[in-house]
Amino acid sequence: MEFIMELGQYMIANYQELLNLAWEHILMVAYGIGLALLIGVPLGVIAAKVNWLAPIILSLVNILQLIPSLAMLALLMLYFGFGFKTVVIGLLFYSLLPIVRNTYVGIKEVDESIIEAGVGNGMTPLQLLYKIQFPLSIPFLMAGIRLAAVIAISVATIGPYIGAGGLGKEIISGISLQSDVKIYAGAIPATIIAILADFILGKVEQKSKKRMAA
Amino acid sequence: MIELKNVNKIYNDGFQALTKVNVEFQEGKINVLIGPSGCGKTTTMKLLNRLVDYTDGEVYFNGKKIKEMNPIELRRQMGFVIQNIGLFPHMTIFNNVATVPKLLKWDKDRIKKRVIELLEMVNLDPNTYMNRYPSELSGGQQQRIGVIRALAAEPSTILMDEPFSALDPISREQLQDELLRLQTEINKTIIFVTHDMDEALKIADNIVLMKDGKVVQQGSPDSLLSNPANDFVKEFIGEKRLNSNNQLNDLSLANYINKDILLVQSDIRIEKATSSLIERKVSSAVVINEDETYNGIVSLYDAIENNSSEINSIIKKASLIIYENDKVSTVLEKIEGIHDIVPVLSKEDIVVGLLSVDKLFATLHHLTEYKRGEI
Repeated sequence: MEFIMELGQYMIANYQELLNLAWEHILMVAYGIGLALLIGVPLGVIAAKVNWLAPIILSLVNILQLIPSLAMLALLMLYFGFGFKTVVIGLLFYSLLPIVRNTYVGIKEVDESIIEAGVGNGMTPLQLLYKIQFPLSIPFLMAGIRLAAVIAISVATIGPYIGAGGLGKEIISGISLQSDVKIYAGAIPATIIAILADFILGKVEQKSKKRMAA
Repeated sequence: MIELKNVNKIYNDGFQALTKVNVEFQEGKINVLIGPSGCGKTTTMKLLNRLVDYTDGEVYFNGKKIKEMNPIELRRQMGFVIQNIGLFPHMTIFNNVATVPKLLKWDKDRIKKRVIELLEMVNLDPNTYMNRYPSELSGGQQQRIGVIRALAAEPSTILMDEPFSALDPISREQLQDELLRLQTEINKTIIFVTHDMDEALKIADNIVLMKDGKVVQQGSPDSLLSNPANDFVKEFIGEKRLNSNNQLNDLSLANYINKDILLVQSDIRIEKATSSLIERKVSSAVVINEDETYNGIVSLYDAIENNSSEINSIIKKASLIIYENDKVSTVLEKIEGIHDIVPVLSKEDIVVGLLSVDKLFATLHHLTEYKRGEI
């Protein structure tokens, strides 16, 4: 009980600082996922359309995901230096797998008869893609974004090791100062952000699914 | 006009799906491709809009070789209704129906007018349905949309790939009836794939029966029923259907010709004709030329009205004439509405007698009564 009081007091006293860190955290994740969408959706589309490229693209993004996050960030630091930018690039790599794979699956999963109807009514391959296949893959893509967001929020907490901000700063300084209050003050907001992101994106996903039900 | 000449289709794995297919699809008619599964009927249909390409032979669409046409443009000229309905679930009914007009870049007002017209054609209220999504419609309604989507850009030809097979029996019957009704308004060249013989017999003007990638027989439903080419055709049509048709064909028209009739020469005076009509207690009579060939008919009413002149002035053409060697089934097809009298002629146009319509219908009534009892 005493501990909770202490934590509360600390958080109230430093709420301005914590809010700033939370905002920075969200920004890193948003940039990372935004860039992952810009790169990942076209990659997913290419994988779905060009059969022989699919295994290559999918294995590559899979390998990216398998590199331990600390090692990945350290490696990136060698090339991109310290700071915000490097963490964003790391998050981009981590978000790539769910986004590429879900775009790919979403397009592949479009019902055969719907494709036949599109082709049979005289759509060109490009029209088929942007009028039919891509819109119908959106619920899958949303699920991918949701997963990517949750992963990215947690990976971003190690950002301060390579000189970025975010709630990880509070956690890491808590570790070096052996202050559990500081660790919790960083971890709890990070968890809340992850839960909220999961909930909100889940709602969006549901909504996009509803209409597609044939 | 669509014509297939010596078309072969061999898949990459060596499977020969079609062998020397020669088919001519009749313009403005419902052409049904039918056969057991794997017989090549769907492949044949998909050749036409180049969803499948043939190995050799030639397919002509309005005189042009389709291999030399742009497949995208070709498909926009042909409506396409697919088996599993295949509506686009993320689009409203309006956008689904407007698919091809939009691809063809019609202007907005024209598209809207056309969609409303089409929805009304299949009795779906445009205001209610236009902004709904396919998932909000019943299966039967969805396939109505599937059909009008194919009609939207006013193609001359419509391909239908087992369009009603996924529906429940009641909706299926309704859509078949609706298609027949629509066809009387639109007169499209329809190529309809099915495996259901009842459906084929109900809607077809022309049936193409296939087996193992070959055309076994083609012709009108009647000609298939009365002259099945071989045992396979007989078996596929089914004994029961053949029998019910045979009963009709067994009836001899000769039994329904009344030979004891009043004939009037074409050069007599009207008053003489009037008195013969009254004497025989009939309201009309057949007029013949000097060589006994058919000339026309006169009615008692016209004769009394124009008492003075020559009979020539009141001779009318009969609304229906038949020939003594016609089949009962063809005669039945021709009888539509009420005819005053129906003259029966020989090959040389000599009047043989009058068709006894009442007697014919009495027999038909008896036949159908018997059939109902059998079920």
